[in-house]
Amino acid sequence: MSKYTEEQLEKELQTKEYEYGFYTDISSDTIPIGLSEEVIRIISAKKNEPQWMLDWRLESYRVFKEMEEPEWANVKYDKPDLQSISYYSAPNSKPKYDSLDEVDPELLETFKKLGISIDEQKKLAGVAMDIVVDSVSVATTFKKTLSEKGIIFCPISEAIQEHPELVKKYLGTVIPQKDNYYAALNSAVFSDGSFCYIPKGVRCPMELSTYFRINQAGTGQFERTLVIADEGSYVSYLEGCTAPSRDENQLHAACVELIALDDAEIKYSTVQNWYPGNSEGKGGVFNFVTKRGLCERNAKISWTQVETGSAVTWKYPSCVLKGDNSVGEFYSIAVTNNHQQADTGTKMVHLGKNTKSTIISKGISAGKSQNSYRGLVKINSRASNARNFSQCDSLLMGNECGAHTFPYIETGNSTSKVEHEATTSKIGEDQIFYCNQRGIDTEKAIALIVNGFSKEVLNKLPMEFAVEAQKLLEISLEGSVG
Amino acid sequence: MSFKENILSSFMALENEVDTDSYVHGLRNEALDQFEKLGLPLRRDEAYKYTSLKSVFNKDYRLFPREEKNINYSDIKKYLIHQIDAYRVIFIDGVYSSHLSQTTHDTFDVCLMSSALNNKKYATVIENYYNKLAGKDSLSSLNTAFAREGAYIQIPKNTIATKPIEIVNFSTGSESAMMVQPRNLVVVGENAQVQIIERHQSLTKNDVLTNSVTEIFADKHALVDYYKIQNDNESASLIDHTSVQQQANSEVRLHTFSFGGALTRNNLNFVQQGEHCNSLLNGVTIIEGKQHVDHSTLVHHTAPNCESYQEYKQVFDDRAVGVFNGKVLVDKIAQKINAFQQNNNILVSDKATINAKPQLEIFADDVRCSHGCTIGQLDEDALFYMQSRGIGIKEARALLMFAFANSVLESVKIPEIKSRITKLIANKLKVNIGFDL
Repeated sequence: MSKYTEEQLEKELQTKEYEYGFYTDISSDTIPIGLSEEVIRIISAKKNEPQWMLDWRLESYRVFKEMEEPEWANVKYDKPDLQSISYYSAPNSKPKYDSLDEVDPELLETFKKLGISIDEQKKLAGVAMDIVVDSVSVATTFKKTLSEKGIIFCPISEAIQEHPELVKKYLGTVIPQKDNYYAALNSAVFSDGSFCYIPKGVRCPMELSTYFRINQAGTGQFERTLVIADEGSYVSYLEGCTAPSRDENQLHAACVELIALDDAEIKYSTVQNWYPGNSEGKGGVFNFVTKRGLCERNAKISWTQVETGSAVTWKYPSCVLKGDNSVGEFYSIAVTNNHQQADTGTKMVHLGKNTKSTIISKGISAGKSQNSYRGLVKINSRASNARNFSQCDSLLMGNECGAHTFPYIETGNSTSKVEHEATTSKIGEDQIFYCNQRGIDTEKAIALIVNGFSKEVLNKLPMEFAVEAQKLLEISLEGSVG
Repeated sequence: MSFKENILSSFMALENEVDTDSYVHGLRNEALDQFEKLGLPLRRDEAYKYTSLKSVFNKDYRLFPREEKNINYSDIKKYLIHQIDAYRVIFIDGVYSSHLSQTTHDTFDVCLMSSALNNKKYATVIENYYNKLAGKDSLSSLNTAFAREGAYIQIPKNTIATKPIEIVNFSTGSESAMMVQPRNLVVVGENAQVQIIERHQSLTKNDVLTNSVTEIFADKHALVDYYKIQNDNESASLIDHTSVQQQANSEVRLHTFSFGGALTRNNLNFVQQGEHCNSLLNGVTIIEGKQHVDHSTLVHHTAPNCESYQEYKQVFDDRAVGVFNGKVLVDKIAQKINAFQQNNNILVSDKATINAKPQLEIFADDVRCSHGCTIGQLDEDALFYMQSRGIGIKEARALLMFAFANSVLESVKIPEIKSRITKLIANKLKVNIGFDL
């Protein structure tokens, strides 16, 4: 039996290459770099948008110009030059695909390489997919089956044309234009994204999924996702992302808004695997994302995320528990390696009575990475009997990485209960010894421990995604997860 | 006159009274520049996110008392731990009161900062320790700029201070509003031991603001046991900065009991510089009305094999606001650290607020660091159990609160302090439980 030590694992982790780092040569329509009112008008015109949408964008841009890039996060990076990015890049100029056969074979090849065969997925998993390349939606599957149930699942650009009343009513209600610097930028320049509406009382029969890929160099990805679950409905939504390996830093500033009306439930799962940069910390995606959900009465929003990619991650999927008895959940695994930096966590804002929230965050840092949990639990004075449980555990591998915890707890109500606990530790020598004693070699033992460490979160992922998440954990911590 | 103008003109007045050529005065000038540069802390500063000092600094404070006040022992006896024999360093409106104090130069020094600053004998100690640890933040700098009085405690190598040392700052507030800035220095040598009790007490209803800085140096194998009793009346506010530096194998235990005062801000900074250090930071806070207590702790582990233990138990009633901002920082080389931080809170009223921010910043991999923070209520079942056995609701609540705070009280080493604290808690809860913990 070969001896496999933690050092070897660490080494392997550091040298492990990013598998999705290829670039596909698809002819694409990219507008010149730079950010100005003119660019916003061009994007809007390309999308054939109505006037109200353009006005909304310009209003966002006006707000954005007055804002400054925030610096409070526990990450260090060279600020992206927003004038050197192209804000619109679309593969092909072909307006629409009616069936998969019309899709650029080069593109289909890309998805095969990514392990997403669109037709296969269709037959086997029964997942409806919306695929966004360089912030433009290229393919949406299963549209017909869904529309029979009254479910709208389409690119947001299409929704603006076909369902303006819904978009107008909900866009920006959870994340206002002036929410933060990157949300304002996104509101001004977003080029596409997914839109989903589940009508009253409908239980979405399949998992809805969006796959994001940044392909072109010198572009930023700014997609906007809006999910509305009407009264009593249920939807499970998946999101995955990859990008080619490049030396430059690419910016990804997305906004995701979830709206769960009375008695509705939204389960939103993300497997984030943007290009993390090479082992020297060169290149990689800046992932500055604003995600927030609003719960009305008895509604439930559950965020599950597996964060393995990106050079710098900065995101806090949050829940505003506005209605009485609403529930917010956040399950996260953040793996950082090499020079990656992650400042992630959640915000749970309890406004309604008897609201409940659960936060389970697992951070694994290896190499020279820095992994921070930053969370807010705020209990309003009217939120009687509110309940929160938070647990943040960090696992450190190697002595050059760091793990940090910054929880903020604000409570103004005497009948509420808040519990927070956090631990930081390494894989115990005694634990490995215990496994060795029972004939489990060190490699398997580490796998077992890491797996056990992240189990609570992995269990929350939908079946179809759990496999992919496991695969991604393998990429990040190859040789340790079985 | 704005607070800043007041500070500048008061500083000129100070310069007429002190030796402006001294080493310490150089520090004063630097500190004043620093304060001018930084200004008063605002809500937008992360460290003061939950504590607004606006209401504290909008008054027209006098920085120096107009006249010396005479106070009789009988007036202040109740504020001292008079049951025990102790060294006492007592200040009235920031001025040393010799007839109430009991100092010593026998085997160790318990005396005044002013005499230490002016005596050649202490020059090396002052140069080696004074202002070496205090923060460079604006309020610590403000203290440094005006520092000239306080307690000076130096325990040499292999010496045990036979009696506890009480440092008490009384303010008479005979002038309208008064600001005092005591400055304490505690140097504990190798293998030496000391017990210190610190208290700030205002004797009238006039506004008093205390901006206090204490520096504590614990050399190898030293043991420092420090108690802060904060039970001032409602017109008094306290901003305290206590910095502790520990060398190998030393142990510093610091207890903070906050029951009184309008606004209390405790900044506790611990730096562990040698291996096998042990730090204990415990606190009990029971407040009501419009009181505001902010505990801000930092334990910085810079050496391996050390331990730190923090436990804060807090109860908030009425419109009281509590803040707990605890931070454990573990450097890369500080392996095998065992750090624990616990913060438990009970909100008795719906108008009370607690803002907690327990943080861990860890750069070393082989550590055990954990923190826990809870906010909750007294156990209804336990209350019912006691009521069904004839214990009134008020007493039952008090019993549970005592049980809640007991883990902190248990670590108090001086029995007289423990019974004093027990009485203070009983007073605060308005019960007579008739037992000593």
